[in-house]
Amino acid sequence: MNWHSGAEFFAMGGYGLYVWGSYGVAAVLMFAEPWLVSRRHLRARQEAAHAGPEAE
Amino acid sequence: MAGNFRLFNFAAPSRFYALSGALIPWFWGVAVVLAAIGLYMGFFVAPTDATQGDAYRIIFIHVPAAWMSMVLYLVMAGWAGVGWAFKARLASMVARAIAPTGAMFAFLALWSGAFWGKPTWGTWWVWDARITSELILLFLYLGYIALVEAIDDVRRADNAGALLALVGAINVPIIYFSVKWWNTLHQGASISMTAAPKMASTMVTAMLVMTFACWAYAFAVVFMRTRAIILEREQHADWVGKLVNPGAQA
Amino acid sequence: MGAGFVAVYARDLRLAMRRRIEALLPIVFFVVAVSLFPLGVGPEPQMLRQIAPGIVWVCALLAAMMSVNNLYAADYADGSLEQMLLSGHSGVTIVAAKACAHWTVTGLPLVLSAPLFGLLFDMDGTALGVLTISLLLGTPMLSLLGSFGAALTLGLRSAGVLIVLLVLPLSIPALIFGTGAVAAVESGLSPAGHYSILGALLIFTILTAPLAAAAALRISLE
Repeated sequence: MNWHSGAEFFAMGGYGLYVWGSYGVAAVLMFAEPWLVSRRHLRARQEAAHAGPEAE
Repeated sequence: MAGNFRLFNFAAPSRFYALSGALIPWFWGVAVVLAAIGLYMGFFVAPTDATQGDAYRIIFIHVPAAWMSMVLYLVMAGWAGVGWAFKARLASMVARAIAPTGAMFAFLALWSGAFWGKPTWGTWWVWDARITSELILLFLYLGYIALVEAIDDVRRADNAGALLALVGAINVPIIYFSVKWWNTLHQGASISMTAAPKMASTMVTAMLVMTFACWAYAFAVVFMRTRAIILEREQHADWVGKLVNPGAQA
Repeated sequence: MGAGFVAVYARDLRLAMRRRIEALLPIVFFVVAVSLFPLGVGPEPQMLRQIAPGIVWVCALLAAMMSVNNLYAADYADGSLEQMLLSGHSGVTIVAAKACAHWTVTGLPLVLSAPLFGLLFDMDGTALGVLTISLLLGTPMLSLLGSFGAALTLGLRSAGVLIVLLVLPLSIPALIFGTGAVAAVESGLSPAGHYSILGALLIFTILTAPLAAAAALRISLE
């Protein structure tokens, strides 16, 4: 085991800012992206419901 | 022809919509599980590096992101090309769905690269060959997205994007070679972001696991986006009508 | 095919000559842009001499990109572009002729005026000569790449900026080896290697860009 305490884990040997700065942004992006996409999907569904199956 | 028909069965947007809808939760599951394993290995099993300390652990997101950005560009160009050559609408939609995710990975590779560079090499940005090429790749993604968004006619946008993506794909080796050469000329003893620590096997394994996790993530998000695009484009189709208004009369 | 090429080339030149002020705008931009740099980075001659090739090349790139939109815009707007394509001449011939005309009107003056700018930055004779040759090899590439970008963005509102965004990454190899040639000669090495690579890039671009631009025209006009 590399870490002897939670505090050690967060400190990352003094490089905490850099490690968590990277993984933090990664997490933000990889949550934001699917969230934005599902909102786009929802909007598309609503527009399709309003547009309705018109005669082309 | 009948034999080929089954393959192209899922080329119909309606069938792809249904199939991908069923697959997406599985992709998410795989992504989460692999990420958990990869991160565990990266943080708790892989040892601290002698020269770079624990800062090197950024590699477990930096390298997978960079690899994904490169692979996704080729996949995007490929599907866009198929859509253009065979007038396959779904292929063009998939290509458009890939672009934002590819750009996201390129940005993440640059961001994590900067955060890795600062403690290791002292500056937030190093104009080394790989990072500079990654930046140019981001520009190629942004250019593709800007072009397809600027064209209102969907078919023209898809085909123009395909041509641009293919031209970009062909040029990537040329650009990379030029940038590599440029870097050695101007920096002499090259400071390279890729002078990674001697890789213990646990580090390599963790990196590969994280890469597969990113792959699964990419499948999930790209399929989600494709489904949204399908609904946007096929608004007036009967099957969409039944989907969004299940009880309504036609 | 030769007759068609000459016809389109001559026509574009004639049109450019009728609008001489418009044709000169890229050169004016080039002059202004290049002159801005000393104001921005300071007048220290040693430093200016060092960054001069890069500045001249980048400004030439931007000037070429800015003007390339006009290549097709006017003809597209009045329908003559479609007529040209329908006339039986291949798209490749038309594209190649137009790129040639663009280079004659924009690229060639840049090449000829480059030595002047070298003087502004106190570059020595040999370096100036190499810079001029590198631009001679490079500016045709910029015209060809630019015509690809212009064909792709035909008729779009934001075509100007879009062309710059799309074409700049593709121009990076030319930029690197163009400025690299000057750097080589300034450190006492021969620029021959750079010329060879620039030449190879130019040939590659001549062989592929017109095809790509013609395909782009077809896509834009469908």
